[in-house]
Amino acid sequence: MDMEIINFLNLVFLAPFVEMVSYPIFFSEVIISGLLTGVMYSLVALGFVLIFKASGVFNFAQGAMVLFAALTLVGLMEHGFPIWAALISTIIVLIALAFVVERFMLRYLINQEDIILFMATIGLTFLIQGFGETIWGSNVKPLDLGIPSESFEVGGLLLNEFDLFAAGSGAILVAVLAVFFHYTRIGRALRAVADDHQAAMAVGIPLKNIWIIVWSVAGFVGLVAGIMWGAKSGVQFSLSLIALKALPVLILGGFTSVPGAIVGGLIIGVGEKIAEIYWGPLVGGAIENWFAYVLALAFLLFRPQGLFGERIIERV
Amino acid sequence: MFYRETGQFKSSYKADQAIFPLSQDRWFILFLIIIAFLVIPLTASEYLLQAVMIPLLIFSLASIGLNLLVGYAGQLSLGTGGFMAVGAYMTYKLTTAFPEINIIIVFILAGLISACVGLLFGIPSLRIKGFYLAVATLASQFFLVWMFNKVAWFYNYNSSGTITAPPRELFGITVTGPTATAETRYIVVLAIVCVFALIAKNLVRGRLGRSWMAVRDMDIAAEIIGIRPFQTKLIAFSISSFYCGLAGALMVFLWLGSAETEAFSINESFYVLFMIIIGGLGSILGSFLGATFIVCVPILLTNAPQLFGLSMPIDLQKHIEIMLFGFLIVFFLIVEPHGLARLWQIAKEKLRLWPFPY
Amino acid sequence: MNETAAPSNEETNKNGSSDLEKNTTFETLLEVHNISLSFGGVHALDEVSFDIRKGEIRAIIGPNGAGKSSMLNVINGFYHPQKGSITYKGNERKKMSPQVAASQGIARTFQNIALFRGMTTLDNIMTGRNLKMKKGIFWQMLHWGPARNEEIHHREIAEHVIDFLEIEPIRKTPVGRLPYGLQKRVELGRALAAQPDLLLLDEPMAGMNVEEKEDMCRFIIDVNEEFGTTIALIEHDMGVVMDLSDRVVVLNYGKKIADGTPDFVRADQGVVDAYLGVSEK
Repeated sequence: MDMEIINFLNLVFLAPFVEMVSYPIFFSEVIISGLLTGVMYSLVALGFVLIFKASGVFNFAQGAMVLFAALTLVGLMEHGFPIWAALISTIIVLIALAFVVERFMLRYLINQEDIILFMATIGLTFLIQGFGETIWGSNVKPLDLGIPSESFEVGGLLLNEFDLFAAGSGAILVAVLAVFFHYTRIGRALRAVADDHQAAMAVGIPLKNIWIIVWSVAGFVGLVAGIMWGAKSGVQFSLSLIALKALPVLILGGFTSVPGAIVGGLIIGVGEKIAEIYWGPLVGGAIENWFAYVLALAFLLFRPQGLFGERIIERV
Repeated sequence: MFYRETGQFKSSYKADQAIFPLSQDRWFILFLIIIAFLVIPLTASEYLLQAVMIPLLIFSLASIGLNLLVGYAGQLSLGTGGFMAVGAYMTYKLTTAFPEINIIIVFILAGLISACVGLLFGIPSLRIKGFYLAVATLASQFFLVWMFNKVAWFYNYNSSGTITAPPRELFGITVTGPTATAETRYIVVLAIVCVFALIAKNLVRGRLGRSWMAVRDMDIAAEIIGIRPFQTKLIAFSISSFYCGLAGALMVFLWLGSAETEAFSINESFYVLFMIIIGGLGSILGSFLGATFIVCVPILLTNAPQLFGLSMPIDLQKHIEIMLFGFLIVFFLIVEPHGLARLWQIAKEKLRLWPFPY
Repeated sequence: MNETAAPSNEETNKNGSSDLEKNTTFETLLEVHNISLSFGGVHALDEVSFDIRKGEIRAIIGPNGAGKSSMLNVINGFYHPQKGSITYKGNERKKMSPQVAASQGIARTFQNIALFRGMTTLDNIMTGRNLKMKKGIFWQMLHWGPARNEEIHHREIAEHVIDFLEIEPIRKTPVGRLPYGLQKRVELGRALAAQPDLLLLDEPMAGMNVEEKEDMCRFIIDVNEEFGTTIALIEHDMGVVMDLSDRVVVLNYGKKIADGTPDFVRADQGVVDAYLGVSEK
């Protein structure tokens, strides 16, 4: 009896760590793999953060927009468009999408409570997803970007060119966005709008245009994320499940923080991978399905506003 | 002209508080009940019962459950599918382990277990609100589904991972399993749903319902006047999970006959959420209307093209269905955030004045 | 043992604070002693002490940001002071909790109306009865017998409040649709429904026109005289304060600068400098 308990405790609390330490190279590879996945999560989360910062709307449809962007790109390429033309067309489509969303949906929901806006974006998700699938079909589509995906060794670690390229692009994009927000006039306007729509309107900030800009930027970020994901594992509807995965990232990082989205994404990416590789076999695998959420939940219990978020003080 | 209140004075608070204060409403409901219990089982086709009436009722029950939590108590939850799974799997385990227990009792027990699980996952609501709480409920959704998938004990170690409803009887008539007729299953579901809808209505018009709505509208003020927000929220989670669990059990045992965890995925959670948004948050009637709507739209989409002599490929149907739902959600939230239930109310008000315009 | 007599102006003492205890004994319902409250670096309240006698109408006045609402929040337990104590009905506490305050008969209204917007007037007022309703969930599910009788009993009380405040026509209207003045009245109704011993009113007349103010004054006086409810009232309208209140506390920058009858306070130089300005007679 006692042996079973000891064995159990050993399996859960000791053996995995021993394994991590005894095979450090493999462990590093796991971490790197997690970081790379994490970058993807960060990109998607970033899209959420941008829209939330600017319009106070938690745009659940971000995932669907990623999907739609990727599908458009792939679809156009399938029809013979060269990659550059396809990319530009897709960006135009995204901007048009942002415009339509603002004109026909957001404008009417300005004064509603958050929960209604959130549910509206859930509806938007389904709308975009259905629309995208109607046009392009719902099969998995391969996406060949012409980026090399050879693996090579660095100091004994096995790395993949493609993953590095994706991570690099993500990092650059994030850096550009961070600068944009803090140092440009438009960035400032965006932050003003995020704080208070009515006040921003009162000082003359054109709400409508700001929203279009933001949703376009978010769409673009989504496009990059979608391309990266899609090139890796094919473009299919489960991409919108990634939107759900971004939620734990946002919880960790806070809904309004760009660095938070990055750090959160990395933490979740690494955490998931480690949990899956080292503890997964104990319980039959697929821990990745829920680990991120449970981690976020645990986090929420101790720090409801996330790592970087703002503490909300409620006044009566 | 016909639907007027004049002359109907209430001389006691008891009468004023009745669910259907107007006598026209009472007659209407009586009429509906007669149709539901007598006419439909005798005249409806098996297809109508199996594809429309039974799922409509079951999802109404789930919608009521979610509505109590989201519409009345204001706690956003995306974990409906998970709790339905708890009800279904626990019913399976209980009835396979104790086949002699009356199946209705088993349903109720499974619902209670579901309520306990809901209570557990509701604990975070002490500190977390709004979207954050929704994410916490996602944890319950994904975890529960994973658990019922991986832990073979839940499906009695069978190789396919599906749970199948064994035959069970009520008053000597087989109600579950392959030999149970659609009519019998329909009547059982109808009876259960009627009872629990009544219970839900009683809860929301009493002290508990008001506490929920107070916490929903302004929990700080609620706390200051002495309502305990945490307890109130926990009760909401438990009762809501009971209803969802019961609905899940009915789904497997009285409708589908068997199921895998796929049937309880995040998509189910979204569907039930759509039902209550379209039907009307904070309204028991709305739960019924929303469920009816969402259940019927795919049926219409399947059958309508044939009426026009066209045919639509299945996956195109599915895509259009998804688009339509999404569109309707956005549409309702913009035009009438209180859903079909409010439209119904407006219609009744217009009817009161008919034939006058105002 | 103690007599609750309404204090009259003739008994005002000439120096410093009004020490009425010498002549007549009053029962103290609530006393706050050396309350200090700060948020981060901001000192909302700085060693404030005063008492409220049973049956009186006590006004708390002062410029904006003086700490008046914070004081009320401390009294009913929404904020917890860093220092000092609260003595209510003879029990001394370092801090109050909302549950205890509510169950011991403290009710309040809020500066920015805190009604439950999704519910009707009647339901809002019924929530005021929440603490007094005892029947458990099981009976509520059946809505029969004990639960129903309890519901009806409390409905009667709520209806008395509705009659008293003359808001019968809007009984079934969702409060979100009511005009501001009526919302304030409903909020008062919700507080009254709890049949409180101490009623805290945070700027009950704010934003009202003359007629509405007069109605509200009438209600406040009626509540005090008919039901004997003790009232603590934050108010900016000096006319209202002078007419209604028995005694006044003046706060400025979190400190108490005067405490006494309305006439006494009005004449105090410190109060004039800080808040009132030169008084025209």
